[in-house]
Amino acid sequence: MPEGNWITRAPTLRRKAVLLAKVQDEAGHGLYLYSATETLGISRDELKDQLLSGKAKYASIFNYPTLSWADVGAIGWLVDGAAIVNQISLCRTSYGPYARAMVKICKEESFHMRQGYEVMTVLANGSDEQKAMAQDALERWWWPTLMMFGPHDADSAHSGRSMKWKIKRQSNDELRQKFVDQTVAQAEYLGLEIPDPKLKWDPKREHYDFGEIDWDEFRSVLAGAGPCNQERMDARRKASENGNWIREAMMAHAAKERDRSSAQTPEG
Amino acid sequence: MSAHLPLWEVFLRSRRGLEHKHIGSLHAADPEQAMQYARDVYTRRMEGCSIWIVRAADIHASQETDGASFFDPAEDKIYRHASFYDVPEDLKL
Repeated sequence: MPEGNWITRAPTLRRKAVLLAKVQDEAGHGLYLYSATETLGISRDELKDQLLSGKAKYASIFNYPTLSWADVGAIGWLVDGAAIVNQISLCRTSYGPYARAMVKICKEESFHMRQGYEVMTVLANGSDEQKAMAQDALERWWWPTLMMFGPHDADSAHSGRSMKWKIKRQSNDELRQKFVDQTVAQAEYLGLEIPDPKLKWDPKREHYDFGEIDWDEFRSVLAGAGPCNQERMDARRKASENGNWIREAMMAHAAKERDRSSAQTPEG
Repeated sequence: MSAHLPLWEVFLRSRRGLEHKHIGSLHAADPEQAMQYARDVYTRRMEGCSIWIVRAADIHASQETDGASFFDPAEDKIYRHASFYDVPEDLKL
């Protein structure tokens, strides 16, 4: 996965410990959401099979590569920043198990965003080379991050029903606007430039105007033709295959322990 | 063929003096492993000082459909509430 690429190459032990803690959180968030989904009556095994077969969708942002250490900063700052905007809204979703998972997730996400912004701050104030690295990461992650909010409200297949059922509480475009509005000042503080010539404050709307997303790219990554789709799927399948023996061994061990303790139970 | 891990419910006591509360669920082969997973998944930031693990299959739950016969009879026993009784306002009763 994108950040896994940099765990062994983190520039300091502090950064490595932080990144490990973040990745552990993310695995936990996956478990919260799988647990919430299981309450709808599907089994964990079925969900896992759907992910591995490609039937289940996953966040398309994971299909982009992490080319430099600055990407770890940009992911925390932008991708987790965008995720928080979504997740805060979803804390009020109408489906209880989903809402409760989101509350737990939100408590942990802000650490993720802050560690990323700290990485960016250090790079942006470092050598020319480091600053260029930070700028390059911002340029590559900006548009894919805006895509995370999904299609325009008018083009979103499930938005209408999700809003009606209050699964979604704010629309894709509203949330995207909120993210842009809060992120511009953060980029300015870093002295980095957001790669959008149309980005401009509109005093009448009291929001930033911004350029159009490349929707062809959005659809192509979603359809499986992004830069790392195949690699991410292969990594998941390999992890699952390589983990099978240990799950089987644990079940065999548990069964043996049960037999042993029932054999030792004294007669009544 | 992947091994099917059973489901466990996790209860966490946030600090001494408070009760254990349901916090979530997880899959594990046995209680020992479930306990370690629970620690990793639900107490990474000092959220608790004690964990209970219960096999989800061992929990017997009341059913939504039983609601009427199960809970409604309590509705007509308003005399179980302190506010049912008329007492002199001035007295500290």
